[in-house]
Amino acid sequence: MPTYSNIVKDGLWNKNVATVQVLGLCPLLAVTGSVVNAIGLGLATTAVLVGSNTLVSIIRTQVNDAIRLPVFVMIIAALTTCTEFIMQAYTFELYQVLGIFIPLIVTNCCILGRADGFARKNPVLPSLIDGLMMGLGFMIILILLGAFREILGQGTLFSNMDLLFGDTAATWEVKFLDNFPGILFLALPPGAFFGLGLIIALKNIIDDKADEIREQNAAPADIGSKRVRVTGHIS
Amino acid sequence: MLLQSTIKNAALLGLFAVITTGLVAFTNTATKEKIKEAKHIAHGKALLEILPSGLHNNKLLDDHMKINHPLLAHKSAQDAFFARVDGEPHAIIIPASAPEGYGGAIELIVGITYSGTITGVRVIPPHSETPGLGDKVEIVKSDWILGFNGKSLENTADRYWKVKKDGGKFDQLTGATITPRAIVKSVFNTLKYFEHNKEQLFRDSASLRDKSEYPVILMEPT
Repeated sequence: MPTYSNIVKDGLWNKNVATVQVLGLCPLLAVTGSVVNAIGLGLATTAVLVGSNTLVSIIRTQVNDAIRLPVFVMIIAALTTCTEFIMQAYTFELYQVLGIFIPLIVTNCCILGRADGFARKNPVLPSLIDGLMMGLGFMIILILLGAFREILGQGTLFSNMDLLFGDTAATWEVKFLDNFPGILFLALPPGAFFGLGLIIALKNIIDDKADEIREQNAAPADIGSKRVRVTGHIS
Repeated sequence: MLLQSTIKNAALLGLFAVITTGLVAFTNTATKEKIKEAKHIAHGKALLEILPSGLHNNKLLDDHMKINHPLLAHKSAQDAFFARVDGEPHAIIIPASAPEGYGGAIELIVGITYSGTITGVRVIPPHSETPGLGDKVEIVKSDWILGFNGKSLENTADRYWKVKKDGGKFDQLTGATITPRAIVKSVFNTLKYFEHNKEQLFRDSASLRDKSEYPVILMEPT
């Protein structure tokens, strides 16, 4: 059984849904035009992930291989529909903005992927944490991409936050330049591909640097142990 | 043996179908009222946004009548809302449909004063315009739609009821011309419709205000 710290690291970094597994691209690319959209979709996806991982883990001993996929899909579809109802009831305007991408959470491969790849084989609590961390990892990338595209595509940050956080959030908007025309390319879906590519590249650079540093740190220790070359044991 | 396991699997699958459907049904029941309320609030908010309360003192949301007309281009009759001050006609909110949207028909509401000046236009979701481009006609995404405020047939000649690209007075949206073009045309048609039918509209709606039913009034094309 994986340790909790590994689950957290995998979800947020090592196996990040968006940058490493590159799953759920359809909503990722489509709704990241602004930060509020990114948070909305991120929260909805995380809720479904946590719920489906938990439920799948609970029933994991009851279902056999023949019917496990249909059962998982039913669970995910039901949870997505419930999330949709709840969003409609409590954040109606945001629901309208996100539109089709809320029901489409069902088709986000990462959810079925975690159900089948993790929750099916692990107890309830680790599965729940895994769902939460995978969802958070996805949401962080969504927000980064949303911020990148909102700043360069519209020249604002945190616009329309009141759709999600109530009327007090209406003043959170930051405008960088007056009459900034916005870079159309970044506001469009190709801009999302471009932005995601940059984020993945950045992550890989950080990983490479981290590896280098680890090797450098490991190297002196090796040299130290090899100072005396012997063929036998020294007491 | 095979048959036995098939039956067992089918029963198990059926059981999960019942449980998950039950979960959906339960959430539906639990949120139904709240969703209805949210929709009603959103609709009422949109109505009052384009027709400020200063323009009427009747119960706007209760004073409605179903209308349709080729110029409004609806598939079925929709509610128009009547604003009155002490019973006198003051303004109206007309539902219109812009059939030539990029992704199909776009539903609109158009607020017009009795003298024919637009107080506001809103797009009623859902629509199928391209996210990030054509959907900027929604007030939550850009303020393009506010460009109609204050326009009338009098202060904007017929030939200017077009997007700028076509020689008119209305902005197009970057990357989306078809959507604004469709909406400008629809708003223009709505104004023409109101101009020709306003007396009758207010008379008819006033005469059936006290009745519980709201008959469909179909008018001949003018």
